[in-house]
Amino acid sequence: MIPAKFDYTRPGSLDEAVRALADGGEDAKVIAGGQSLLPLLRLRLAFPDLLVDVGGLDGLRGVRDEGDTLLIGALTTHDEVVHDPVIREHCGLLAEAAGTVADPAVRHRGTLGGSLAHADPAGDMPAVALALNATMIARGPGGERAIGAGEFFLDYLTTALAPGEILTGVRVPKLGPGWGYRYEKFHLTAQAWAIVGVAAVARRSDGHVAEARIGLTNMGLVPVRARGAEEAAAGAEATIEALRTAAGRADEGTQPPSDLHGAADYRRHLARVLTARALAVASGV
Amino acid sequence: MTTDTQAAAPELGKARLRKEDARLVTGQTNWTDNMVLPGMLHMCFVRSPYAHARITSVDVSAARSMPGVIAAFSGADFAGEQASLPCAWPVTADILIPPHPPMATEEVRYVGEAVAVVVARDRYAAADAIAAVDVTYEPLPPVLDMRTALDESSPKVHEAGNKSYEWVFDQGDLDAAFRDAPVVIERNYRQQRLIPSAMEPRAVVATCVAGEITLWSATQIPHVLRFALAAFFGIPEQNIRVIAPDVGGGFGSKLQVTAEEVLAVLIARRLGKPVKWTESRSEGNLTVHHGRDQWQRIRIAADSDGRLRGLSVDLLADMGAYLMLVTPGVPLLGAFMFPAIYKMDAYHFACTGVFTTKMPTDAYRGAGRPEATFAIERIMDELAAELHVDPLEIRERNWIKHEEFPYTTIATLTYDSGNYEAATAKAKELFGYDELRAEQERRRASGDPVQLGIGVSTYTEMCGLAPSRVLGSLSYGAGGWEHASVRMLPTGKVEVVTGSSAHGQGHETAWSQIVADKLGVPFEDIRVLHGDTQVSHKGMDTYGSRSLTVGGIALNGACEKVIAKAKVITAHMLEASENDIEFTAGRLHVRGDPQKGHSIQEIALATFAAHNLPDGVEPSLDSDATYDPENFSYPHGTHLCATEVDTETGRVTIRSYVAVDDVGKVVNPLIVEGQVHGGLAQGIAQALYEEAVYDADGNLLTTTLADYLIPAAADLPHFTTGRTETPATTNPLGVKGVGEAGTIASTPAVVNAIVDALRPMGVRDIPMPCTPERVWRAIQSARDSSAGQNGGGQ
Repeated sequence: MIPAKFDYTRPGSLDEAVRALADGGEDAKVIAGGQSLLPLLRLRLAFPDLLVDVGGLDGLRGVRDEGDTLLIGALTTHDEVVHDPVIREHCGLLAEAAGTVADPAVRHRGTLGGSLAHADPAGDMPAVALALNATMIARGPGGERAIGAGEFFLDYLTTALAPGEILTGVRVPKLGPGWGYRYEKFHLTAQAWAIVGVAAVARRSDGHVAEARIGLTNMGLVPVRARGAEEAAAGAEATIEALRTAAGRADEGTQPPSDLHGAADYRRHLARVLTARALAVASGV
Repeated sequence: MTTDTQAAAPELGKARLRKEDARLVTGQTNWTDNMVLPGMLHMCFVRSPYAHARITSVDVSAARSMPGVIAAFSGADFAGEQASLPCAWPVTADILIPPHPPMATEEVRYVGEAVAVVVARDRYAAADAIAAVDVTYEPLPPVLDMRTALDESSPKVHEAGNKSYEWVFDQGDLDAAFRDAPVVIERNYRQQRLIPSAMEPRAVVATCVAGEITLWSATQIPHVLRFALAAFFGIPEQNIRVIAPDVGGGFGSKLQVTAEEVLAVLIARRLGKPVKWTESRSEGNLTVHHGRDQWQRIRIAADSDGRLRGLSVDLLADMGAYLMLVTPGVPLLGAFMFPAIYKMDAYHFACTGVFTTKMPTDAYRGAGRPEATFAIERIMDELAAELHVDPLEIRERNWIKHEEFPYTTIATLTYDSGNYEAATAKAKELFGYDELRAEQERRRASGDPVQLGIGVSTYTEMCGLAPSRVLGSLSYGAGGWEHASVRMLPTGKVEVVTGSSAHGQGHETAWSQIVADKLGVPFEDIRVLHGDTQVSHKGMDTYGSRSLTVGGIALNGACEKVIAKAKVITAHMLEASENDIEFTAGRLHVRGDPQKGHSIQEIALATFAAHNLPDGVEPSLDSDATYDPENFSYPHGTHLCATEVDTETGRVTIRSYVAVDDVGKVVNPLIVEGQVHGGLAQGIAQALYEEAVYDADGNLLTTTLADYLIPAAADLPHFTTGRTETPATTNPLGVKGVGEAGTIASTPAVVNAIVDALRPMGVRDIPMPCTPERVWRAIQSARDSSAGQNGGGQ
């Protein structure tokens, strides 16, 4: 890797990190596992003056059970998310999706927080955060604040984090009884980005889908909710046919890209097919 | 040595772990990029962002004043020195071979062509300074589609035109074969452009000390490279040493004389300092020569029972912007393979080489033969479908029977040996062919959204390049022999020198097995040296599955010369007649009395001491042998692939894959297995994953491994492999090549399986790579045309 020159600091506390980032201004970037940032540096697509390495902030690791929610530290690696028993029990979608991220080497270095803060619409975790109604916890010079997943992803590779703010953790509501989940990832090779991904959670009651939330990966500049399909699924019979009908609205309001790996119309088609499949698993059909 | 003693010996056929692997897989070795020399400088190239443009100015002065920069050059700075990069294969008398300067001076003709170079104290400074080089261009229209490049109205890649050559080969009366033929089928197939992706990127280190040049390069061809540097750049050959240290794969991409190698030498000479260059993966995707890229029009004529009468092939082959080392010859290596294992009365082949404003193409694993095998095996399936005959049955009706060998094909090659019946029978059994066909029927009947397809490929190929006379008749610029030396050390150890320079194949292990078997010395006592022109002074290097079938036979011959010398000395020491000395299992002894004799190690020491040698005998057992093969080698086999095709998404999943290969006698079955696995991965990659894509302006879109998709272990199925063994009759070891067979066989097996799954829906072809989107679109368009009562069709 031959990146352009940058300065590097590895603060020992969150306060120091926030200060270093704020002092660094627009051209300072946070680096955690580096799995998204390093490729950009390598290709000289990003030219930060300063990298603030938060890897030493042990307080940003691990999972805390808060009762109705889990607070997952931003530095928790994908591999830890895959294997953490508390996450698997209460937020299984997160573990399932994390298991599809790239390859084992990337999963051991890459972090949940990094993946969300990078806000790549082709990344898996942003759509999952949407489907789970997660809340981002950020710390900046002005203190801590919470940002709902729905308000977090603003544009391509752009989040609601202010310059100087660091994503410290993610608060995820537990999926209660009756809820099921599924991440349907469609990619060409195991290590490739999703052409389309569908993260679905659904609550089943009395042979029907009582409610469903669906996040879509790579169907626009930001990860999006499939609101039309959610609406159609709510109250639908828990049958393949009914879910397929509901999933027919999965691409409503999306603006999928056309690129090397899939044209927009194919992505729309995939979103519908995969949403039907994800809903079927999530609602136990 | 007779075949009988070989069969009794323990080494040939032994599944030994490879000697070289510990250092290769840990990287504790001499990769070129590991080389550090005192005062070494680093090169970074400024490359054209245009597919086609006139260079109006190159200003490197600002770059020269950047921190750490020692020098910066444009093409004009080498005006007197940079001759044209060589093309060693002028396939026709009137071929157009345009000048190809290592660094462009007047015009650029593909994105990535070098226009300037910065030399700095470290790689970072060199990369930073690139931005300070000011190049101005006047864009010219790109030429991107070889199908329209020959139109009068097309912009020209070179002033002399876009056609490089046309090569035609006719045998038999094609008109008669097609006249009134009950079945005529024509198809157009696309061989997409591929990027060879060796694990080790290209890397070069060059020094020039007192006029003596040493070039370390991650190359397949140190000997050819040395010759080329001397012949084309006026550097005295005796003052050039080329070293290919451990090289991490090539697949043909390092069978090249590259601009970067030549410029490294010129710059080291100019500055009097060692220089290094190692490409990034993205730089490599742009500027490693690409592979394949053909349009194939293939027609067959057959009788109503499916017996082939004639075959006609017309190719357009994309040369890219220039002809590199063997660019024009690659499609012609396929010319002889379209008839494959089949008998027929007439054959026509024509190939037109076309220039475009893209990276030049050249040899890539299989080189010409995968293309041929794909087309013939695809259209044999079409013939089977047309006649409602099982695809294996249609092949059997046409293939050369075991008892017909040796057999001279319509393409004038004489296949020495083969047993297509045995390989096919074994493959069918391992695959469970009949059961899978039954399951396929059930799933078709039930309208399963996931359909099952079965693909067949009964391939052969010509490899072991090559008989020098044949190469001469094809206008190739060199011979196809190989050289080996055996040095008997006084301690009884053995040094082997081979001209066939390995880049991952396992020569050190296989060559040790051959020598251990032949000379009866322990495997561990043998050291194999290669890849340094001062150590291995002669050789034709490694490509075209030639190492064992040519280099291994040279080694066998060198061992025989050692034994012959040892017999003379042993006879003298034992006061016996030379004719009475036998050599068995490492001992030279009097015939009928194994006790009365010496080990070869004892003779080696006695020869070294030279106290008691016969008059006129040199005190040396060392020997050299150079072997020129009399024929190619023709491995063959039957590959069967079962795919599941999700008709809702277009996703293809390989459910099972059986490869039964016949590579003759096997030296090391583990190495053969490794070659087959790697070959299958690469052939499957062409079928399903890989494609170099240029946009409408001629920019390469697939510059990273996130876009140029190479399958990894997780993406590939379990391979069920088997072998049949029909020894080659044209070399004393009975061996055939294996390096390319898996790649050649597997691509059509996979695509045939996909088309087989979807044939009832009206799908007849899917362009490669058969991505889910393309499969899905093929299904959509077949549905649309059947809704329009139109049938399928191309």
